[in-house]
Amino acid sequence: MKPVGLEHYLVVSGLLFCLGLWGVIVRRNLLIIYMSLELMLNAANLALVAFSRFNNKLDGQVMVFFVITVAAAEVAVGLALIVALYRKKQSAHVEDLTTMKS
Amino acid sequence: MHDAFFYIFAILTVFCAVMVVANPVSRSPITSAMFLVLTITCMAALFVQLHAFFLAAVQILVYAGAVMVLFLFVIMLLDLKEEERRRIKAVSAGLGTLAVGSILFLIIKSTLQFGQAGAIPPHTEGSTASLGKLLFSNYVLPFEILSLLLLVAMVGVILLSKKDLK
Repeated sequence: MKPVGLEHYLVVSGLLFCLGLWGVIVRRNLLIIYMSLELMLNAANLALVAFSRFNNKLDGQVMVFFVITVAAAEVAVGLALIVALYRKKQSAHVEDLTTMKS
Repeated sequence: MHDAFFYIFAILTVFCAVMVVANPVSRSPITSAMFLVLTITCMAALFVQLHAFFLAAVQILVYAGAVMVLFLFVIMLLDLKEEERRRIKAVSAGLGTLAVGSILFLIIKSTLQFGQAGAIPPHTEGSTASLGKLLFSNYVLPFEILSLLLLVAMVGVILLSKKDLK
């Protein structure tokens, strides 16, 4: 078996990203869609850390630090929006949110 | 030894991620959130394997600690019992799986094409000291902008969660 290298981490990262994307496309619960988004961000983080390790540069890790911070802010705002929507519609289901559709 | 750890944690990460989006037993958001916590923890283990020690700690503190607690609080507030019973449409699920499968195929194919690029054992250490030096020398401006972003997000969240927006 080959020693673990960059491409192993990239394959794991690609798998996680595609799982997240599948969740965003197929699942209909707003909260689970949001968790799938987090999964995609984490997959990108893993790829960035792997690249930073195998290129002997720390810049990728600084980038991941920024991504984690922005993700925390994004989750706070997004969850506040979901709660506000739930107050209006009594549902966190994307098929019930069709106000803009004509 | 190192490789065995990688395979264990990689398989655990992917398994928990599958359970987040496609849990065959339960459709409730709480199980998804708990499996997402597990995914994030296993990913922190992968970060340790990549010698990104500071990021592994931040991953557990910020993601598994703060973000997921926020998620659990919102799930608790919303009381989503009737959501579990809805069915996923077969057509949209099939088309979504097809699209994502082709994207996955492309990602893995292009990843494996460039072969053993990073075979040389590198010696970057993502320790707190070296990362902090970089953060406060080359990346001062993005760091300051990020603090402003956090402030804006905080004010926005407080405004959004007011009872009646005027």
